[in-house]
Amino acid sequence: MSLLEVEGLNTYYADSHILFDVALKVERNEVVALLGRNGAGKSTTLKSLMGVVTPRTGSVRLDGQELAGRKSHTIALADMQLVHEERRIFGSLNVEENIVLAGLTAKSAWPLERIYQMFPRLKERRMSRGTDLSGGEQQMLAIARALTRSPKVLLLDEPFEGLAPIIVRDLLAVCERLAADGQTIIIVEQNIAAALSIASRAYILNNGHVAFDGSSTELKASPEILARYVGV
Amino acid sequence: MVNWANFLSQMFNGLVLGALLALISSGLTIIYGTLGVLNLAHGAMFMLGGYAGYVAFSYTGSFPLAVVVGTLFVMLVGVLMERGIIRYFYNRPAEDQILVTFGLGIVFVEAVRFFFGSLSKSVPPPPGLVGITNLGFMVYPTYRLALFGIVAVALLVLYLVLYRTKLGMIVRAGIEDPVMVGSLGINVYRVFMLVFGIGAAAAGFAGIVNAPVVSLAPDVGEPILVQTFVVVVIGGVGSFPGAVLGGLIAGEIISITSMFNPGYAYVMLFVAMTLVLVLRPYGLLGSASRE
Repeated sequence: MSLLEVEGLNTYYADSHILFDVALKVERNEVVALLGRNGAGKSTTLKSLMGVVTPRTGSVRLDGQELAGRKSHTIALADMQLVHEERRIFGSLNVEENIVLAGLTAKSAWPLERIYQMFPRLKERRMSRGTDLSGGEQQMLAIARALTRSPKVLLLDEPFEGLAPIIVRDLLAVCERLAADGQTIIIVEQNIAAALSIASRAYILNNGHVAFDGSSTELKASPEILARYVGV
Repeated sequence: MVNWANFLSQMFNGLVLGALLALISSGLTIIYGTLGVLNLAHGAMFMLGGYAGYVAFSYTGSFPLAVVVGTLFVMLVGVLMERGIIRYFYNRPAEDQILVTFGLGIVFVEAVRFFFGSLSKSVPPPPGLVGITNLGFMVYPTYRLALFGIVAVALLVLYLVLYRTKLGMIVRAGIEDPVMVGSLGINVYRVFMLVFGIGAAAAGFAGIVNAPVVSLAPDVGEPILVQTFVVVVIGGVGSFPGAVLGGLIAGEIISITSMFNPGYAYVMLFVAMTLVLVLRPYGLLGSASRE
């Protein structure tokens, strides 16, 4: 049994059908990339897994537990975490409050020190309000907040978007370290090279359908697939 | 007409009214900030606090007990209202939310009128706080002085709850982004219920501690609703410091204008609100995070 098994996921925004029978399988300790053009349904897939939007039909099983249709907070309690594309940092709370808040209901929250070891920059800024952080710092905080809950699956929605190359390099190093430590990750990213450098497998979504499912090496060796579905 | 002593005493009146408005508005602003529901029954809850306290006082003769009963009763009404009705309106259009809370406000007012009549009731101040106090530069009703202190302490308590407790941290986060709070494994629906209860309790508490200053009537909350609404707009929706600042500004505007011509008190209040809306559309201490 895979750690995460998604079958027949159909999600709608009002009357428009966004996801069509999306199926994914993610093994424990695996990093999987979810690629596709803008509007292909990548973010909607992650939001459906997290319960931020409720899929109309389908199944999301995490460690054998059915999560589809549940409210977001119970999905978080089942140890799924989504780092939202917009980061959604609480601007009126300081860095440390953001992290502490995230860990409040976690079964085994990371100690603050472990978070600060991974993100020394956050320790320096621990008393700064969320609104005063740079984009890169906000992204670090968003990831830190999710990690605090020791999630079984970490969903990253475009973590490198809009960040300077040097910051992307730092965050990529963090992801590599997490992967080496056995953190299961699904990453949605426009930066294909970065995503495929940490993911061993990839799915490609096209107009809400799964169009490709295979290893990263296979995908890197098939530029025509990337050209057709991702446009690179 | 206007003289120095008169002006000073009106300034004081403005301060007391301002602190009271700050407290009631804090309740309104955290409810709107967190739940996105504008509670037009908030004025009626202020009134209910007064009447619940009045009932407790008539049975026991104890003012402190009246304050406790008034506050807890309205908190309970708030929680029941959220669980029983308001929560079904979170995903409905704003007009529906406005209609349902406005309607509930009318129900509360008319229910009180049915049981207690339209004639006003009075709750005397506690024994030690009757009469007037000579401050040296002016004489001032003792209970009004005490009222300022009582409300200031209540605001401090609310501040400590909001800024120094885990619950407060959750509420402040919820005001910004309830969806994200849910994504972090916190049951936002339970938070909504608590926020509604706390916001209602603030109005109920204000209603009973203010009862010795005014006479209680079923419609005593109507002007309060209008004034707190202006306070929230001036201070910034969802901002606790904004509600305090806005409350003090509104209290002074009403008091000082009334000294010259009470008829213009509301005119000046709305002039101030309009100015704020033109110059700082999100209010003095508000932010653009919530529309």
